[in-house]
Amino acid sequence: MAVFWAAALLVLAGLLAIIIFLVIRGIGVIDAEFIFGMPRAGGRDGGIFPMIVGTLSIIVIAIAVAAPIGIGGGIYLSEYAGRHPLSRIITFGAEWLAGVPSIIFGLFGFAFFVVFLGWGLSILAGGMVLACMILNETIRTTQEAIKAVPTSYRAASYALGATKWQTVSRVVLKSAAPGILTGIILGIGRAAGETAAIMLTVGSFMALPTSLFSSVRPMSLHLYLLATAEVHDGAVARAFGTAMMLLLIVFAANLSAHAITKRFTRSLR
Amino acid sequence: MTDQFKMTVRNLNVFYGKNQALKEVGLDIRTNKVTALIGPSGCGKSTFIRTLNRMNDIIPGVRVEGKVLLDGQNIYNGNVNVTEIRRRVGMVFQQPNPFPKSIFENVAYGLRIRGAVKKNSDLAERVERALIDAALWDEVKDRLHSSAFNLSGGQQQRLCIARALVIEPEVILLDEPASSLDPMATLKIEELLQELKHRYTIVIVTHNMQQAARVSDWTGFFLMGEIIEYNETAEIFTRPKDKRTEDYVTGRFG
Repeated sequence: MAVFWAAALLVLAGLLAIIIFLVIRGIGVIDAEFIFGMPRAGGRDGGIFPMIVGTLSIIVIAIAVAAPIGIGGGIYLSEYAGRHPLSRIITFGAEWLAGVPSIIFGLFGFAFFVVFLGWGLSILAGGMVLACMILNETIRTTQEAIKAVPTSYRAASYALGATKWQTVSRVVLKSAAPGILTGIILGIGRAAGETAAIMLTVGSFMALPTSLFSSVRPMSLHLYLLATAEVHDGAVARAFGTAMMLLLIVFAANLSAHAITKRFTRSLR
Repeated sequence: MTDQFKMTVRNLNVFYGKNQALKEVGLDIRTNKVTALIGPSGCGKSTFIRTLNRMNDIIPGVRVEGKVLLDGQNIYNGNVNVTEIRRRVGMVFQQPNPFPKSIFENVAYGLRIRGAVKKNSDLAERVERALIDAALWDEVKDRLHSSAFNLSGGQQQRLCIARALVIEPEVILLDEPASSLDPMATLKIEELLQELKHRYTIVIVTHNMQQAARVSDWTGFFLMGEIIEYNETAEIFTRPKDKRTEDYVTGRFG
Protein backbone atom coordinates (compact mmCIF):
# COMPACT_ATOMS: atom_id res chain seq x y z
CA MET A 1 0.00 0.00 0.00
CA ALA A 2 2.76 2.39 0.99
CA VAL A 3 4.59 1.61 -2.25
CA PHE A 4 1.63 2.80 -4.33
CA TRP A 5 1.28 5.89 -2.25
CA ALA A 6 4.96 6.64 -2.69
CA ALA A 7 4.70 6.12 -6.45
CA ALA A 8 1.81 8.58 -6.68
CA LEU A 9 3.72 11.08 -4.59
CA LEU A 10 6.73 10.69 -6.85
CA VAL A 11 4.66 11.53 -9.92
CA LEU A 12 3.21 14.57 -8.22
CA ALA A 13 6.66 15.63 -7.06
CA GLY A 14 8.02 15.32 -10.58
CA LEU A 15 5.24 17.48 -11.98
CA LEU A 16 5.70 20.09 -9.28
CA ALA A 17 9.45 20.10 -9.84
CA ILE A 18 8.99 20.89 -13.51
CA ILE A 19 6.48 23.63 -12.85
CA ILE A 20 8.46 25.24 -10.06
CA PHE A 21 11.69 25.14 -12.06
CA LEU A 22 10.00 26.74 -15.06
CA VAL A 23 8.35 29.40 -12.96
CA ILE A 24 11.55 30.35 -11.17
CA ARG A 25 13.53 30.64 -14.39
CA GLY A 26 10.81 32.14 -16.52
CA ILE A 27 8.60 34.34 -14.38
CA GLY A 28 11.02 37.22 -14.65
CA VAL A 29 10.23 37.85 -18.30
CA ILE A 30 6.47 37.49 -18.14
CA ASP A 31 4.76 40.83 -18.51
CA ALA A 32 2.30 42.47 -20.89
CA GLU A 33 5.09 43.26 -23.32
CA PHE A 34 6.15 39.63 -23.39
CA ILE A 35 2.70 38.32 -24.13
CA PHE A 36 1.56 40.98 -26.56
CA GLY A 37 4.81 42.41 -27.88
CA MET A 38 6.84 41.56 -30.95
CA PRO A 39 10.22 39.80 -30.71
CA ARG A 40 13.44 41.75 -31.07
CA ALA A 41 17.00 40.67 -31.80
CA GLY A 42 15.97 37.28 -33.05
CA GLY A 43 13.87 36.55 -29.98
CA ARG A 44 16.54 37.36 -27.42
CA ASP A 45 14.56 40.42 -26.51
CA GLY A 46 10.97 41.57 -26.71
CA GLY A 47 7.81 39.49 -26.70
CA ILE A 48 6.32 36.33 -28.21
CA PHE A 49 3.00 37.52 -29.50
CA PRO A 50 3.49 36.18 -33.07
CA MET A 51 4.48 32.82 -31.60
CA ILE A 52 1.33 32.64 -29.53
CA VAL A 53 -0.71 33.50 -32.61
CA GLY A 54 1.24 30.89 -34.54
CA THR A 55 0.48 28.15 -32.01
CA LEU A 56 -3.19 29.09 -31.79
CA SER A 57 -3.70 29.27 -35.54
CA ILE A 58 -2.16 25.85 -36.10
CA ILE A 59 -4.34 24.43 -33.36
CA VAL A 60 -7.44 25.94 -34.94
CA ILE A 61 -6.68 24.33 -38.30
CA ALA A 62 -5.83 21.01 -36.70
CA ILE A 63 -9.08 20.90 -34.75
CA ALA A 64 -11.16 22.16 -37.67
CA VAL A 65 -9.96 19.18 -39.69
CA ALA A 66 -9.59 16.47 -37.05
CA ALA A 67 -12.80 17.11 -35.11
CA PRO A 68 -15.38 16.47 -37.83
CA ILE A 69 -13.45 13.57 -39.36
CA GLY A 70 -12.57 12.07 -35.99
CA ILE A 71 -16.02 12.42 -34.47
CA GLY A 72 -17.77 11.37 -37.66
CA GLY A 73 -15.45 8.41 -38.02
CA GLY A 74 -15.96 7.44 -34.40
CA ILE A 75 -19.74 7.59 -34.78
CA TYR A 76 -19.64 5.56 -37.96
CA LEU A 77 -17.39 2.87 -36.49
CA SER A 78 -19.45 2.60 -33.31
CA GLU A 79 -22.96 2.80 -34.65
CA TYR A 80 -23.08 1.87 -38.27
CA ALA A 81 -20.15 -0.27 -39.27
CA GLY A 82 -20.73 -3.00 -36.71
CA ARG A 83 -18.71 -6.10 -37.36
CA HIS A 84 -18.06 -5.34 -40.99
CA PRO A 85 -14.46 -6.32 -41.87
CA LEU A 86 -13.84 -2.81 -43.21
CA SER A 87 -14.36 -1.34 -39.76
CA ARG A 88 -11.73 -3.64 -38.33
CA ILE A 89 -9.26 -2.54 -40.98
CA ILE A 90 -9.97 1.12 -40.25
CA THR A 91 -9.59 0.61 -36.52
CA PHE A 92 -6.33 -1.26 -36.98
CA GLY A 93 -5.03 1.43 -39.31
CA ALA A 94 -5.90 4.15 -36.82
CA GLU A 95 -4.16 2.33 -33.99
CA TRP A 96 -1.09 1.80 -36.10
CA LEU A 97 -1.08 5.46 -37.02
CA ALA A 98 -0.87 6.33 -33.34
CA GLY A 99 2.49 4.63 -33.05
CA VAL A 100 4.17 6.59 -35.82
CA PRO A 101 6.89 8.92 -34.43
CA SER A 102 6.08 12.59 -34.82
CA ILE A 103 9.18 13.39 -36.83
CA ILE A 104 8.03 10.95 -39.47
CA PHE A 105 4.69 12.70 -39.57
CA GLY A 106 6.69 15.87 -40.06
CA LEU A 107 8.59 14.33 -42.94
CA PHE A 108 5.38 13.13 -44.55
CA GLY A 109 3.86 16.54 -44.07
CA PHE A 110 6.85 18.19 -45.67
CA ALA A 111 6.88 15.87 -48.65
CA PHE A 112 3.13 15.95 -49.21
CA PHE A 113 1.64 19.22 -48.01
CA VAL A 114 4.63 21.53 -48.32
CA VAL A 115 6.20 20.23 -51.53
CA PHE A 116 3.76 18.05 -53.45
CA LEU A 117 0.65 20.17 -52.89
CA GLY A 118 2.77 23.27 -53.08
CA TRP A 119 1.47 24.85 -49.90
CA GLY A 120 4.96 25.71 -48.74
CA LEU A 121 5.90 26.05 -45.12
CA SER A 122 2.58 27.23 -43.75
CA ILE A 123 -0.01 27.18 -41.02
CA LEU A 124 -2.15 25.05 -43.29
CA ALA A 125 0.53 22.39 -43.76
CA GLY A 126 1.32 22.31 -40.04
CA GLY A 127 -2.34 22.19 -39.10
CA MET A 128 -3.02 19.33 -41.48
CA VAL A 129 -0.14 17.28 -40.13
CA LEU A 130 -1.26 17.86 -36.56
CA ALA A 131 -4.77 16.86 -37.58
CA CYS A 132 -3.40 13.54 -38.82
CA MET A 133 -1.60 13.06 -35.56
CA ILE A 134 -4.55 13.67 -33.26
CA LEU A 135 -7.06 11.96 -35.53
CA ASN A 136 -6.57 8.54 -34.03
CA GLU A 137 -7.11 9.72 -30.49
CA THR A 138 -10.18 11.68 -31.51
CA ILE A 139 -11.73 8.62 -33.13
CA ARG A 140 -10.82 6.49 -30.15
CA THR A 141 -12.23 8.92 -27.60
CA THR A 142 -15.44 9.27 -29.58
CA GLN A 143 -15.82 5.50 -29.78
CA GLU A 144 -15.21 5.08 -26.06
CA ALA A 145 -17.67 7.82 -25.21
CA ILE A 146 -20.32 6.24 -27.40
CA LYS A 147 -19.66 2.78 -26.05
CA ALA A 148 -20.20 4.09 -22.54
CA VAL A 149 -23.79 5.02 -23.35
CA PRO A 150 -26.01 2.28 -21.85
CA THR A 151 -27.90 0.07 -24.31
CA SER A 152 -31.01 0.61 -22.23
CA TYR A 153 -31.21 4.18 -23.54
CA ARG A 154 -31.12 2.94 -27.10
CA ALA A 155 -33.74 0.26 -26.41
CA ALA A 156 -36.03 2.88 -24.88
CA SER A 157 -35.58 5.12 -27.90
CA TYR A 158 -36.29 2.39 -30.44
CA ALA A 159 -39.31 1.18 -28.47
CA LEU A 160 -40.78 4.67 -28.83
CA GLY A 161 -40.46 4.35 -32.59
CA ALA A 162 -37.31 6.43 -33.13
CA THR A 163 -35.17 5.81 -36.19
CA LYS A 164 -31.51 4.90 -35.86
CA TRP A 165 -30.39 8.42 -36.68
CA GLN A 166 -32.80 9.96 -34.16
CA THR A 167 -31.55 7.57 -31.51
CA VAL A 168 -27.92 8.38 -32.30
CA SER A 169 -28.34 12.15 -32.43
CA ARG A 170 -30.87 12.74 -29.67
CA VAL A 171 -29.84 10.15 -27.12
CA VAL A 172 -26.45 8.60 -27.81
CA LEU A 173 -24.51 11.69 -28.90
CA LYS A 174 -26.09 13.87 -26.24
CA SER A 175 -24.87 11.41 -23.63
CA ALA A 176 -21.49 10.96 -25.23
CA ALA A 177 -20.90 14.69 -25.85
CA PRO A 178 -18.86 15.45 -22.72
CA GLY A 179 -16.55 12.51 -23.43
CA ILE A 180 -16.14 13.51 -27.05
CA LEU A 181 -15.49 17.13 -26.14
CA THR A 182 -12.89 16.09 -23.60
CA GLY A 183 -11.10 14.12 -26.29
CA ILE A 184 -10.99 17.15 -28.56
CA ILE A 185 -9.64 19.39 -25.83
CA LEU A 186 -6.95 16.91 -24.88
CA GLY A 187 -6.05 16.86 -28.56
CA ILE A 188 -5.61 20.60 -28.37
CA GLY A 189 -3.23 20.15 -25.49
CA ARG A 190 -1.17 17.69 -27.50
CA ALA A 191 -1.15 19.82 -30.62
CA ALA A 192 0.04 22.85 -28.68
CA GLY A 193 3.22 21.11 -27.60
CA GLU A 194 4.08 19.35 -30.82
CA THR A 195 7.50 20.38 -32.10
CA ALA A 196 9.06 17.81 -34.41
CA ALA A 197 6.18 17.56 -36.85
CA ILE A 198 5.60 21.25 -37.21
CA MET A 199 9.27 22.06 -37.47
CA LEU A 200 9.27 20.57 -40.93
CA THR A 201 5.97 21.96 -42.08
CA VAL A 202 5.56 25.38 -40.62
CA GLY A 203 8.99 26.93 -40.92
CA SER A 204 10.10 29.39 -38.29
CA PHE A 205 9.15 32.80 -39.55
CA MET A 206 8.86 35.23 -36.69
CA ALA A 207 6.33 37.68 -38.06
CA LEU A 208 2.58 37.68 -37.54
CA PRO A 209 0.90 35.47 -40.13
CA THR A 210 -0.99 37.19 -42.93
CA SER A 211 -2.75 34.14 -44.36
CA LEU A 212 -3.13 30.43 -43.89
CA PHE A 213 -0.15 30.01 -46.18
CA SER A 214 2.11 32.11 -43.99
CA SER A 215 4.98 30.49 -42.24
CA VAL A 216 4.91 31.00 -38.48
CA ARG A 217 6.99 30.08 -35.50
CA PRO A 218 4.86 28.32 -32.89
CA MET A 219 5.78 28.58 -29.24
CA SER A 220 7.16 25.06 -29.04
CA LEU A 221 9.57 25.70 -31.88
CA HIS A 222 10.55 29.14 -30.57
CA LEU A 223 11.38 27.64 -27.22
CA TYR A 224 13.59 25.05 -28.87
CA LEU A 225 15.44 27.56 -31.03
CA LEU A 226 16.03 29.97 -28.17
CA ALA A 227 17.34 27.26 -25.92
CA THR A 228 19.73 25.77 -28.48
CA ALA A 229 20.87 28.84 -30.39
CA GLU A 230 23.48 30.31 -28.09
CA VAL A 231 24.20 31.10 -24.48
CA HIS A 232 22.52 34.42 -23.89
CA ASP A 233 20.70 35.43 -20.75
CA GLY A 234 17.88 37.13 -22.55
CA ALA A 235 17.35 34.17 -24.88
CA VAL A 236 17.39 31.55 -22.16
CA ALA A 237 15.07 33.52 -19.92
CA ARG A 238 12.67 33.98 -22.79
CA ALA A 239 12.83 30.27 -23.56
CA PHE A 240 11.59 29.59 -20.06
CA GLY A 241 9.01 32.30 -20.37
CA THR A 242 7.73 30.73 -23.58
CA ALA A 243 7.69 27.33 -21.89
CA MET A 244 5.56 28.74 -19.09
CA MET A 245 3.06 30.22 -21.51
CA LEU A 246 2.89 26.96 -23.41
CA LEU A 247 2.29 25.05 -20.23
CA LEU A 248 -0.43 27.52 -19.37
CA ILE A 249 -2.24 26.67 -22.59
CA VAL A 250 -1.94 22.94 -21.98
CA PHE A 251 -3.12 23.30 -18.38
CA ALA A 252 -6.02 25.48 -19.46
CA ALA A 253 -7.01 22.78 -21.94
CA ASN A 254 -6.82 20.02 -19.36
CA LEU A 255 -8.66 22.03 -16.72
CA SER A 256 -11.52 22.88 -19.04
CA ALA A 257 -11.79 19.25 -20.14
CA HIS A 258 -12.00 18.29 -16.48
CA ALA A 259 -14.57 20.99 -15.74
CA ILE A 260 -16.76 19.96 -18.65
CA THR A 261 -16.76 16.33 -17.59
CA LYS A 262 -17.61 17.29 -14.03
CA ARG A 263 -20.39 19.65 -14.98
CA PHE A 264 -22.05 17.24 -17.35
CA THR A 265 -21.91 14.23 -15.10
CA ARG A 266 -23.32 16.33 -12.30
CA SER A 267 -26.26 17.54 -14.32
CA LEU A 268 -27.20 13.97 -15.13
CA ARG A 269 -27.43 12.81 -11.55
CA MET B 1 -65.23 -11.27 -34.04
CA THR B 2 -61.82 -9.82 -34.69
CA ASP B 3 -62.30 -6.64 -32.68
CA GLN B 4 -62.24 -8.84 -29.65
CA PHE B 5 -58.66 -9.69 -30.54
CA LYS B 6 -56.34 -6.72 -30.73
CA MET B 7 -53.44 -8.89 -31.78
CA THR B 8 -53.28 -12.40 -33.15
CA VAL B 9 -50.19 -14.56 -33.34
CA ARG B 10 -50.02 -17.66 -35.55
CA ASN B 11 -47.23 -20.14 -36.21
CA LEU B 12 -44.60 -17.91 -34.67
CA ASN B 13 -41.06 -19.28 -34.83
CA VAL B 14 -38.12 -17.19 -33.68
CA PHE B 15 -34.46 -18.09 -34.13
CA TYR B 16 -31.37 -16.52 -32.63
CA GLY B 17 -28.85 -17.80 -35.17
CA LYS B 18 -29.24 -21.56 -35.05
CA ASN B 19 -30.99 -21.52 -31.70
CA GLN B 20 -34.79 -21.74 -31.84
CA ALA B 21 -36.27 -19.60 -29.09
CA LEU B 22 -39.96 -19.90 -29.99
CA LYS B 23 -41.70 -22.89 -31.61
CA GLU B 24 -45.05 -22.62 -33.38
CA VAL B 25 -46.51 -20.16 -30.93
CA GLY B 26 -50.11 -19.12 -31.48
CA LEU B 27 -52.21 -16.88 -29.27
CA ASP B 28 -54.82 -14.13 -29.28
CA ILE B 29 -54.43 -10.93 -27.30
CA ARG B 30 -57.83 -9.66 -26.26
CA THR B 31 -58.68 -5.99 -26.56
CA ASN B 32 -58.89 -4.01 -23.33
CA LYS B 33 -57.82 -6.93 -21.22
CA VAL B 34 -54.63 -7.73 -19.39
CA THR B 35 -52.86 -10.79 -20.78
CA ALA B 36 -50.11 -12.22 -18.60
CA LEU B 37 -47.30 -14.45 -19.85
CA ILE B 38 -45.76 -16.71 -17.26
CA GLY B 39 -43.14 -19.43 -17.33
CA PRO B 40 -39.71 -20.30 -15.95
CA SER B 41 -36.57 -18.36 -16.91
CA GLY B 42 -35.51 -18.82 -20.48
CA CYS B 43 -38.88 -20.12 -21.64
CA GLY B 44 -39.15 -17.50 -24.35
CA LYS B 45 -41.74 -15.14 -22.90
CA SER B 46 -39.49 -12.09 -23.26
CA THR B 47 -38.63 -13.07 -26.80
CA PHE B 48 -42.33 -13.44 -27.49
CA ILE B 49 -43.32 -10.06 -26.15
CA ARG B 50 -40.57 -8.42 -28.17
CA THR B 51 -42.00 -9.84 -31.39
CA LEU B 52 -45.19 -7.92 -30.74
CA ASN B 53 -43.50 -4.58 -31.42
CA ARG B 54 -40.66 -5.86 -33.57
CA MET B 55 -38.04 -5.02 -30.97
CA ASN B 56 -36.31 -8.26 -31.90
CA ASP B 57 -35.38 -6.57 -35.16
CA ILE B 58 -32.58 -4.65 -33.48
CA ILE B 59 -30.86 -7.84 -32.33
CA PRO B 60 -28.43 -9.06 -34.97
CA GLY B 61 -28.93 -12.60 -36.24
CA VAL B 62 -32.60 -12.85 -35.32
CA ARG B 63 -35.05 -14.58 -37.69
CA VAL B 64 -38.81 -14.36 -37.26
CA GLU B 65 -41.26 -16.59 -39.10
CA GLY B 66 -45.01 -16.64 -38.83
CA LYS B 67 -47.71 -14.02 -38.48
CA VAL B 68 -48.25 -11.33 -35.92
CA LEU B 69 -51.45 -9.44 -36.66
CA LEU B 70 -52.34 -6.05 -35.22
CA ASP B 71 -55.99 -5.28 -36.02
CA GLY B 72 -55.79 -7.93 -38.69
CA GLN B 73 -52.65 -6.56 -40.39
CA ASN B 74 -49.41 -8.54 -40.26
CA ILE B 75 -46.77 -6.31 -38.69
CA TYR B 76 -44.00 -8.32 -40.32
CA ASN B 77 -45.11 -7.52 -43.86
CA GLY B 78 -42.43 -6.00 -46.04
CA ASN B 79 -44.02 -2.59 -46.51
CA VAL B 80 -44.95 -1.97 -42.91
CA ASN B 81 -43.70 1.19 -41.17
CA VAL B 82 -41.93 -0.09 -38.08
CA THR B 83 -41.88 3.27 -36.29
CA GLU B 84 -45.65 3.41 -36.57
CA ILE B 85 -45.98 -0.12 -35.20
CA ARG B 86 -43.85 0.88 -32.24
CA ARG B 87 -46.05 3.89 -31.64
CA ARG B 88 -49.17 1.75 -31.60
CA VAL B 89 -47.53 -0.97 -29.53
CA GLY B 90 -45.54 0.59 -26.71
CA MET B 91 -43.09 -1.07 -24.37
CA VAL B 92 -41.97 -0.71 -20.77
CA PHE B 93 -38.82 -2.53 -19.71
CA GLN B 94 -37.79 -4.52 -16.69
CA GLN B 95 -35.25 -1.99 -15.42
CA PRO B 96 -36.63 1.55 -15.55
CA ASN B 97 -34.63 3.26 -18.29
CA PRO B 98 -35.39 6.99 -18.41
CA PHE B 99 -33.19 9.08 -20.68
CA PRO B 100 -30.54 11.32 -19.11
CA LYS B 101 -32.85 14.24 -19.62
CA SER B 102 -35.40 16.11 -17.54
CA ILE B 103 -38.72 14.53 -16.56
CA PHE B 104 -40.49 16.72 -19.09
CA GLU B 105 -38.10 15.91 -21.93
CA ASN B 106 -38.36 12.20 -21.21
CA VAL B 107 -42.09 12.23 -21.72
CA ALA B 108 -41.91 14.67 -24.63
CA TYR B 109 -39.37 12.53 -26.49
CA GLY B 110 -41.88 10.40 -28.38
CA LEU B 111 -43.67 13.54 -29.57
CA ARG B 112 -40.52 15.43 -30.49
CA ILE B 113 -39.15 12.70 -32.73
CA ARG B 114 -42.38 12.70 -34.68
CA GLY B 115 -42.49 16.47 -34.98
CA ALA B 116 -46.27 16.34 -35.04
CA VAL B 117 -46.86 18.59 -32.03
CA LYS B 118 -45.44 21.99 -32.93
CA LYS B 119 -46.72 24.39 -30.31
CA ASN B 120 -45.01 24.32 -26.92
CA SER B 121 -48.30 24.71 -25.12
CA ASP B 122 -49.73 21.67 -26.87
CA LEU B 123 -46.61 19.72 -26.03
CA ALA B 124 -46.86 20.68 -22.37
CA GLU B 125 -50.51 19.67 -22.33
CA ARG B 126 -49.80 16.24 -23.80
CA VAL B 127 -46.95 15.68 -21.34
CA GLU B 128 -49.16 16.64 -18.42
CA ARG B 129 -51.92 14.33 -19.55
CA ALA B 130 -49.52 11.41 -19.93
CA LEU B 131 -48.09 12.00 -16.46
CA ILE B 132 -51.62 12.13 -15.01
CA ASP B 133 -52.53 8.87 -16.75
CA ALA B 134 -49.41 7.27 -15.34
CA ALA B 135 -50.33 8.40 -11.81
CA LEU B 136 -47.15 10.45 -11.54
CA TRP B 137 -48.26 14.03 -12.15
CA ASP B 138 -48.80 15.08 -8.54
CA GLU B 139 -45.39 13.87 -7.55
CA VAL B 140 -43.49 15.65 -10.29
CA LYS B 141 -45.53 18.66 -11.34
CA ASP B 142 -43.29 21.06 -9.46
CA ARG B 143 -40.06 19.69 -10.84
CA LEU B 144 -40.73 18.83 -14.45
CA HIS B 145 -37.41 20.21 -15.57
CA SER B 146 -35.25 18.42 -13.06
CA SER B 147 -33.37 15.29 -13.99
CA ALA B 148 -35.34 12.07 -14.30
CA PHE B 149 -32.66 10.35 -12.25
CA ASN B 150 -33.79 12.18 -9.14
CA LEU B 151 -36.89 9.99 -9.05
CA SER B 152 -37.16 6.75 -7.12
CA GLY B 153 -37.24 3.42 -8.96
CA GLY B 154 -40.99 3.17 -8.84
CA GLN B 155 -41.41 6.76 -10.01
CA GLN B 156 -38.95 6.20 -12.84
CA GLN B 157 -40.95 3.21 -13.98
CA ARG B 158 -44.15 5.25 -13.98
CA LEU B 159 -42.23 7.88 -15.92
CA CYS B 160 -41.40 5.23 -18.50
CA ILE B 161 -45.07 4.36 -18.66
CA ALA B 162 -45.95 8.03 -19.18
CA ARG B 163 -43.30 8.19 -21.88
CA ALA B 164 -45.02 5.31 -23.68
CA LEU B 165 -48.52 6.70 -23.13
CA VAL B 166 -47.86 10.15 -24.55
CA ILE B 167 -47.80 8.89 -28.14
CA GLU B 168 -51.21 7.32 -27.72
CA PRO B 169 -50.50 3.64 -28.22
CA GLU B 170 -53.16 0.98 -28.48
CA VAL B 171 -51.23 -1.83 -26.85
CA ILE B 172 -48.81 -1.60 -23.95
CA LEU B 173 -46.22 -4.32 -23.46
CA LEU B 174 -44.60 -4.65 -20.06
CA ASP B 175 -41.64 -6.97 -19.58
CA GLU B 176 -41.49 -7.74 -15.84
CA PRO B 177 -42.11 -4.07 -15.03
CA ALA B 178 -42.07 -4.43 -11.27
CA SER B 179 -39.36 -7.00 -10.74
CA SER B 180 -36.81 -4.38 -9.66
CA LEU B 181 -39.26 -2.47 -7.46
CA ASP B 182 -40.21 -2.68 -3.81
CA PRO B 183 -43.68 -4.02 -2.83
CA MET B 184 -45.23 -0.55 -2.42
CA ALA B 185 -44.07 0.58 -5.84
CA THR B 186 -45.16 -2.76 -7.30
CA LEU B 187 -48.63 -2.30 -5.92
CA LYS B 188 -48.86 1.16 -7.47
CA ILE B 189 -47.92 -0.25 -10.85
CA GLU B 190 -50.45 -3.06 -10.55
CA GLU B 191 -53.22 -0.62 -9.65
CA LEU B 192 -52.19 1.55 -12.56
CA LEU B 193 -52.52 -1.38 -14.94
CA GLN B 194 -56.06 -2.05 -13.77
CA GLU B 195 -56.88 1.57 -14.66
CA LEU B 196 -55.08 1.53 -17.97
CA LYS B 197 -56.71 -1.61 -19.31
CA HIS B 198 -59.97 0.25 -19.85
CA ARG B 199 -58.34 2.31 -22.57
CA TYR B 200 -55.47 0.11 -23.72
CA THR B 201 -54.69 -3.53 -24.35
CA ILE B 202 -52.06 -4.77 -21.92
CA VAL B 203 -49.61 -7.62 -22.22
CA ILE B 204 -47.40 -8.29 -19.25
CA VAL B 205 -44.56 -10.75 -18.76
CA THR B 206 -44.09 -11.74 -15.17
CA HIS B 207 -42.22 -14.38 -13.25
CA ASN B 208 -44.37 -13.63 -10.23
CA MET B 209 -47.38 -15.90 -10.35
CA GLN B 210 -49.29 -14.13 -7.63
CA GLN B 211 -48.95 -10.95 -9.63
CA ALA B 212 -50.27 -12.69 -12.74
CA ALA B 213 -53.21 -13.99 -10.76
CA ARG B 214 -53.93 -10.55 -9.28
CA VAL B 215 -53.54 -8.45 -12.33
CA SER B 216 -54.53 -10.37 -15.45
CA ASP B 217 -57.66 -11.55 -17.21
CA TRP B 218 -55.98 -14.10 -19.45
CA THR B 219 -52.75 -16.01 -18.86
CA GLY B 220 -50.43 -17.87 -21.21
CA PHE B 221 -47.96 -20.42 -19.86
CA PHE B 222 -44.72 -20.76 -21.78
CA LEU B 223 -42.22 -23.58 -21.46
CA MET B 224 -39.08 -24.09 -23.55
CA GLY B 225 -40.22 -21.83 -26.35
CA GLU B 226 -43.72 -23.23 -26.65
CA ILE B 227 -47.07 -22.05 -25.45
CA ILE B 228 -48.37 -24.87 -23.32
CA GLU B 229 -51.67 -23.46 -22.20
CA TYR B 230 -53.59 -20.24 -22.67
CA ASN B 231 -56.83 -19.56 -20.85
CA GLU B 232 -58.68 -17.22 -18.55
CA THR B 233 -56.50 -16.53 -15.54
CA ALA B 234 -58.87 -18.11 -13.06
CA GLU B 235 -58.89 -21.32 -15.07
CA ILE B 236 -55.11 -21.48 -15.43
CA PHE B 237 -54.59 -21.15 -11.71
CA THR B 238 -57.44 -23.29 -10.42
CA ARG B 239 -58.15 -25.84 -13.17
CA PRO B 240 -55.08 -26.11 -15.41
CA LYS B 241 -55.57 -28.61 -18.21
CA ASP B 242 -51.93 -29.53 -18.79
CA LYS B 243 -49.90 -31.25 -16.12
CA ARG B 244 -46.89 -29.04 -16.81
CA THR B 245 -49.02 -25.96 -16.20
CA GLU B 246 -50.27 -27.45 -12.98
CA ASP B 247 -46.73 -28.24 -11.85
CA TYR B 248 -45.61 -24.71 -12.56
CA VAL B 249 -48.46 -22.84 -10.94
CA THR B 250 -48.32 -25.01 -7.88
CA GLY B 251 -44.64 -24.28 -7.56
CA ARG B 252 -43.25 -27.71 -8.27
CA PHE B 253 -40.68 -26.08 -10.54
CA GLY B 254 -39.78 -22.67 -11.89
